[in-house]
Amino acid sequence: MNEREKAIASLTAERWRIALQLTAAMMFIYFGFILLIAFNRSLMGSLVLPGLSLGILLGALVIVAAWVLIYIYVRWANNNYDERIAKLLKR
Amino acid sequence: MKTTLGDFNPLAIAFFLLFVVSSLGITYWAAKRTKNTEQFYTAGGNISGFQNGLALAGDFMSAASFLGIAGLVALNGFDGLIYSIGFLVGWPIVMFLIAEPLRNLGKYTFADVVAFRLQQTPVRVAAAIGTLAVVSFYLIAQMVGAGNLISLLFGLPYELAVMIVGGVMLAYVIFGGMIATTWVQIIKAVLLLGGTILLAIMVLSKFGFNPLALFDAASAKYGAPVLAPGKQVANPLDAISLGMSLMFGTAGLPHILMRFYTVRDAKAARNSVMYATVLIGFFYLLTFILGFGAMVLVGQDDIKKIDAGGNMAAPLLAEVLGGDAFLGFIAAVSFATILAVVAGLTLSGAAALSHDLWVNVVRHGYANESEQLKVARAATMLLGVLAIILGIVFKGQNVAYMVGLAFAIAASANFPALLLSMLWRRFTTNGAVASMVVGTLSSLLLIYLSPTIQIDLLKQANAIFPLKNPGLVTIPLSFLVGIVVSLLSTEQLAADKFAEVEQRIQIGSEG
Repeated sequence: MNEREKAIASLTAERWRIALQLTAAMMFIYFGFILLIAFNRSLMGSLVLPGLSLGILLGALVIVAAWVLIYIYVRWANNNYDERIAKLLKR
Repeated sequence: MKTTLGDFNPLAIAFFLLFVVSSLGITYWAAKRTKNTEQFYTAGGNISGFQNGLALAGDFMSAASFLGIAGLVALNGFDGLIYSIGFLVGWPIVMFLIAEPLRNLGKYTFADVVAFRLQQTPVRVAAAIGTLAVVSFYLIAQMVGAGNLISLLFGLPYELAVMIVGGVMLAYVIFGGMIATTWVQIIKAVLLLGGTILLAIMVLSKFGFNPLALFDAASAKYGAPVLAPGKQVANPLDAISLGMSLMFGTAGLPHILMRFYTVRDAKAARNSVMYATVLIGFFYLLTFILGFGAMVLVGQDDIKKIDAGGNMAAPLLAEVLGGDAFLGFIAAVSFATILAVVAGLTLSGAAALSHDLWVNVVRHGYANESEQLKVARAATMLLGVLAIILGIVFKGQNVAYMVGLAFAIAASANFPALLLSMLWRRFTTNGAVASMVVGTLSSLLLIYLSPTIQIDLLKQANAIFPLKNPGLVTIPLSFLVGIVVSLLSTEQLAADKFAEVEQRIQIGSEG
C-alpha cells in the first residue's frame, strides 16, 4: 500500500465509523419510541400539557432528532470530510 | 355536513387540466433535451442539490402519505402519526449510509453499485427481480389510490381514471425521461407543500394558532384515547416490524435511489437529502394538524360516510374551510401527487429492465446509444401498460397497506445487498444474489401467509405467519443469508477490487 491508498483507506474507515454511529443513534431514538408505544401505552397517553400527550411530544421530537442528526453529519462532511478529499485529489 | 365531493366539480377539473397542460408543456421542452440514455435516465446529471431535494420530496410524498395519513389520524388519532414518523426516519439512513457512495459508484441503477466488483449477470438479474417486485407493489398502491381518488373527486369511472393516470404518466416518461419527471416532481412538491401549509394555517386560525388547543378540542370531542397509542398497534411485534420496514425501506426504494444520479457529485447528493429531509419532515409535522383538524372540523362520521378508510379526510377538510374552490385545488394537487410518484416508479422500473437486464445481461454491456434509448422507451411503455392493468385488477385494495409492503420488500431485497457491497470486503457474488433473492421471496411468502391475506382476503380461520408486515423477520434474514453465503467461499477478484470501491466512494471516478 502506498501513502495515497493508506490515506484513502483511513478516510473510508472514518466515514463509515461516523455514518454507522449516527445510524445507530437514529435507530436507538426511533426504536425507543416504537418500544414505548408497544409496551407502555398508558405512559405515552399521559398529558404533559392540556392537549399535548407524551406520545405526540416524543413523536414530534423524533422528527426533530432526525433533523439534528442530519445537521451533525452535514456539518462534519462540509467542514472536515470535503477538505480531506480535496487534499487527496491534489496529491 | 353536505359535501359536493363526487359531484361534477368544474373548478377541480380546471385546476387539474391546468396542471396536465403545463406539465405536458414541460415534457415537450424536456423531450428536445433528451437525446441520449444519460439524459433519459439521469437528466444528464445537471440537477442541482436543491432541485433534487425538492424532486426527492415530490417522488416520496405519495398520495398514501397525504390522503392516507391525514385519514388515519382523523379516524384513529395518534396511531396515524406512527406512519408519519416512520416514513421520515428512513431519510437519515439514506443520508449516512447510501446517498454519497451510491452517487460515486453507480451510473443509472443501484445494481450498478452491487455489481461494481461482483459478477455482472447474476447480480443484475437478482437486483432486477427485487426492483420489479418493489415497483409493482408500489405501482399497485398508487394506481388504486389514483382510481379511487379520481372517481371520488371528479365523478369519473374508476377504470377510466386509472387509464388517464397511466396515459399522462407515460407521456412524461417516454418523451421527457428524467428531465420531465424531475420537473413534474418539483412542481408537485411545491403545490403539495403549499396546499398543506395553507390548509394547516386555516385549521390553526380556528384554534388561536395553537396546535395544543386543536389537540385538546379533539380529545374533548372524541375522548382522551385519540392522543394515545390505540388498537392499530395492539400487537407490539407488529409495531416493531412495521417500524423496521419503514426505516430501512426508503434506503432500498429504486425510484428514490435513482434520483441521486441526477446530481453532479456526492456533495450535491448530500445537500439534496438534507433539503428533502427538512421538507418531508415539515410536511409530516403538518399532517398532525391536518389529521386532527379533519377529526374536529369535519367529524369522524362524515369522513367515514364518504370513504370507510378515511382517505377523503384532507379534501373534506379543504371543502369545510375553503369551499368548492379549495376542494378543487386540493383534488388537483392530490392527482398531481400520484402522477409524479408513478412517473418516478416507472422510470426506475424501466432502468432495471433496459439498463440492467437488456444492456448488461443480454448484450453484455455492448449496445449503442440509439438501441439503449429504444429499449428504455419500450420498457417504459411495457411498465405503463402493466401499471394500468395492475391498477384495474387490484381495485379495492388498501393503499397505505400496499405501500407498507413495498417498503418491506425494498428493505429486505435491496438494502442489505447494497449496504454490504459497499461496506464489506468479503462480500461475494453468491452472497449478494442469495441475499436479494431470499429477501424478495421471503417477504413475498410471508406477506402471502400473513393475517391480512389469509384472514381478511382468503377468509381462513387463522394465518400461519402472525405479523401483518414481514420486516422483522425478512430484513435480518436477508443480512444473515448474505453474510453466511459469502463466508462459505472466497471470491478473490471481488476482494481485490474492494480498494477501488473504497477509492470511488470517496472521490468518484476522478481519482
